[in-house]
Amino acid sequence: MRFDTPSGTNPIDQLKVVGHALDRIDGPLKTTGTAPYAYERHDVAPNQAYGHVVGAAIARGRIASMDLAAAKAAPGVLAVVTAENAGKLGKGERNAARLLAGPDVEHYHQAVALVVADTFERARAAGNLIKVNYVKEAGAFDLEAARPGATVPKDGPFGPSVSSVGDFDGAFAAATVQHDATYTTPDEAHAMMEPFATIAAWEGDNLTVWTSNQMVNWGLLDLAKTLDMPKEKIRMVSSFVGGGFGGKLFLRSDALLAALGARAAGRPVKVALTRPLMFNNSTHRPATIQRIRIGASADGRITAIGHESWSGNVRGGGPENAIQQTRLLYAGANRLTATRLAVLDLPEGNAMRAPGEAPGLMALEIAIDEMAEKLGMDPVEFRILNDTQVDPEHPRRPFSQRQLIECLRLGAERFGWAKRNPKPAQVRDGQWLIGHGVAAGFRNNLTVKSGARVRLDGRGVVTVESDMTDIGTGSYTIMAQTAAEMMGVSIDKVVVHLGDSRFPVSAGSGGQFGANSATSGVYAACVKLREAVAQKVGFNSNDAVFSDGTVQQGNRRVSLAEAAGSGGLSAEDSIEFGDLSNRFQQSTFAGHFVEAAVDADTGEVRVRRMLAVCAAGRILNPKSARSQVIGAMTMGVGAALMEELVVDKRSGFFVNHDLAGYEVPVHADIHDQEVIFLDETDPMSSPMKAKGIAELGLCGVGAAVANAVYNATGVRVRDYPITLDKLIDGLPV
Amino acid sequence: MKSFTYERARTPQEAAAAAERQGAKFIAGGTNLLDLMKLEIETPVHLVDVNGLALDRIEATEEGGLRIGALVRNTDLAADQRVRRDYGLLSRALLAGASGQLRNKATTAGNLLQRTRCPYFYDTNQPCNKREPGSGCSAIGGFSRGHAIVGASDACIATHPSDMAVAMRTLDAVVETVRADGEARQIPIADFYRAPGDTPHLENVLSPGELITAVVLPRPVGGVQVYRKVRDRSSYAFALISVGAIVQKDGSGHVALGGVAHKPWRIEEAETALPRGARAVTEQLLADARPSRENAFKRPLVERTLAAVLTQARA
Repeated sequence: MRFDTPSGTNPIDQLKVVGHALDRIDGPLKTTGTAPYAYERHDVAPNQAYGHVVGAAIARGRIASMDLAAAKAAPGVLAVVTAENAGKLGKGERNAARLLAGPDVEHYHQAVALVVADTFERARAAGNLIKVNYVKEAGAFDLEAARPGATVPKDGPFGPSVSSVGDFDGAFAAATVQHDATYTTPDEAHAMMEPFATIAAWEGDNLTVWTSNQMVNWGLLDLAKTLDMPKEKIRMVSSFVGGGFGGKLFLRSDALLAALGARAAGRPVKVALTRPLMFNNSTHRPATIQRIRIGASADGRITAIGHESWSGNVRGGGPENAIQQTRLLYAGANRLTATRLAVLDLPEGNAMRAPGEAPGLMALEIAIDEMAEKLGMDPVEFRILNDTQVDPEHPRRPFSQRQLIECLRLGAERFGWAKRNPKPAQVRDGQWLIGHGVAAGFRNNLTVKSGARVRLDGRGVVTVESDMTDIGTGSYTIMAQTAAEMMGVSIDKVVVHLGDSRFPVSAGSGGQFGANSATSGVYAACVKLREAVAQKVGFNSNDAVFSDGTVQQGNRRVSLAEAAGSGGLSAEDSIEFGDLSNRFQQSTFAGHFVEAAVDADTGEVRVRRMLAVCAAGRILNPKSARSQVIGAMTMGVGAALMEELVVDKRSGFFVNHDLAGYEVPVHADIHDQEVIFLDETDPMSSPMKAKGIAELGLCGVGAAVANAVYNATGVRVRDYPITLDKLIDGLPV
Repeated sequence: MKSFTYERARTPQEAAAAAERQGAKFIAGGTNLLDLMKLEIETPVHLVDVNGLALDRIEATEEGGLRIGALVRNTDLAADQRVRRDYGLLSRALLAGASGQLRNKATTAGNLLQRTRCPYFYDTNQPCNKREPGSGCSAIGGFSRGHAIVGASDACIATHPSDMAVAMRTLDAVVETVRADGEARQIPIADFYRAPGDTPHLENVLSPGELITAVVLPRPVGGVQVYRKVRDRSSYAFALISVGAIVQKDGSGHVALGGVAHKPWRIEEAETALPRGARAVTEQLLADARPSRENAFKRPLVERTLAAVLTQARA
């Protein structure tokens, strides 16, 4: 099905099942510990051996030699895989650094070997017996130091690297009120609970991998490319994913090495990365340096807005596109946005939840707060004054829907914004300094081709099959809701099978495009299945009404079970998106409000209260959508207050590479969280009229926290995370 | 993990004898040792399980104090009515540490003996004098935000991570041990930890095989007892700094610091400055501090936190 005209009324609009806050259909599996995660698939292949990944001890250089003798002779060892004996390996389209080092080492903890043994403990012990003789080379590890040599990267899929409109320099210089400041965000880790994990098994030259991957088809293609084998000979299964946040968008070392290990050992092999390897062996969100300049007239109208961002990556890696929201969020006739990229020899940087916008808004939305203060304006009103209903770079291109003002207005009302004291460091509650902050949330809505197969059997049960993944988001449930709505059955009559490359290729889970795209794929397949049902019983499919497990035309009513018959009926289709997203800018919006308390003595920051008001099209399931948003808000608190991969600039690696050193919020850090969804449908986005929500929930949160901390203390911190050492010098004595 | 032999000891003396051999280690709760064994930072060849020893009771002493068996779990110690009534500092310090699950397993003696959380100590690719004597210190000149500012050496700037030990030091606890030859000794906690010097791998004064049997608290000293732990998140984080304090009505008292040194940091003479306030005490406590650029904030943080603690205690 091609989607290139705005959606009219369709069966989804009945909202009998879609739009309801239903429990997850996979909830019982999760709560009873029976959801089959990749590493626990003991059932799928007998005689599984254990692989242990050995990571490089240097950041950059060469392996001069490896002594594997002791490891090979260690008890229980079945095979040792290295680049020397792995055979010729390609590299995945979506990998910048290779997944198995040798002889060159491109980053710390890049895999140098996989040891396969009959037990996990034996594999690990043998791994520690491998002696690697490295020749170290000097590397670049410091973004600030590399900044002068950074260059303009080639234009990426999300717009040009440099863009300008009007005369930014002239307008900024002439502006009555100016703001020019530099902000930094650190390298961040996905730190998902489930590590990378894969079981691989060969049958002849056919390979099956049970893995934890957000994008089955990308993983399959890149595994085939890396192993130089036909993709038809690989099956990839990713039924449940214990968190990904973008870290599992790509083929990673666990899957490749499990496949190589299984081939070398002649039996199935399972590989999970140990927690200390998770931070340097994998990808991360790259650090940024961002310079923001804003000029405005005395009445608060932005006349010039400039945002430049610097980030680093390995050779072949891309930039963190932190400027992209600044092209679209606020009005202003004169504009400049630019991205620059430096070569760094740290681990590969890549997508993490809301790549670009998340760190971009962490900077921009502090700058907006600072600008509002300079203008003597309320920061909510300043944002509203500078709202735009069109793409400011291309004013003839409107937004499909844009309710940022409504988000901010409703949020301000519900949060009690009017009671905020605009003067910093005025409000106390015992030992606590209390502050309130706001930020706009913005994330583009992406749509991606997505397919599904739906089957109707003789019991009237609808089965949905797609290679879509559920990374904790609720895909199983919303896809079941979609099929139930389309076929006129209750949700307990729908079965959903996901994450298997034998099923139709879907959008996968990433870029907050999964929910809207994958359910639209189910919609498309169901349209075909409805036609098949109607044809089977002799109805005109346009007039047939599907409800209560039956199909009806005029006075004639047939149960779906009967219609399907013993042979059943099946249909498959994909949704393909046309140029609506070119003609209309599709984005999602939020108002984020935060109350923070700062200990007046120690500078410890604790978030007391958070509110997100979101406008993101139709909400397919308010319960799972809310879970997405509160999880994202929690991640935003982490980014604001504690998360930082600390670079050892001498040796070139992330030092705090475990969950004791890389702190993320715990329950005690998160108090009241409230989420409000505006009633919205966006017919430009898809037949579902839905949009993404999972990344919007993060975008802007960090700055709202930062602005609340400023309001509490009067100390403006422009370098994340906002830890107490950056505050105490400025706190009242 | 590497192979090792294992035995369950039946008496403290038997345990001490079994652990005297090269490469032997005691295991009780295992909350730290097992993690370190998985990473091959600790590679014992023989484990002596002391969990079967009858060292899990809290008893009154003739002197009016408490004898806390080495195997008393952190959860039980924190919840003990006598501890909560007379040694509130200890209870509060325990509950500020780790998580409920860990406190259920971790023992009193094991808590004193836990090893540093320096990230370089945990990464076996990196030089670390504590892990591999003579290899160098990666933390000096590296990521040192959480490291020691006082009492450290050119060989090591690691901190001792325990909250409980700070309370024990403030309370003048005494560590009781037994050796393989049956000799028992009492070690004031002030003398228990060794300065890193050139030998940071030697962390305390125990001899090979010497087993902690109990930690003894003296008679209750009363006063207002406060434990204030400062950290980047609200729970389940090691202290950036912590302050344990006992403040009497007359303004006198005891103060020890966590998160600033290789041991709970207390200087008795500094306590004479308590009536003059936090700044005066901090100046003496940290007179010899040599912070790095990254952890220089700890000095003002100690002073501010101590000031808050004193205000709280005197309120």
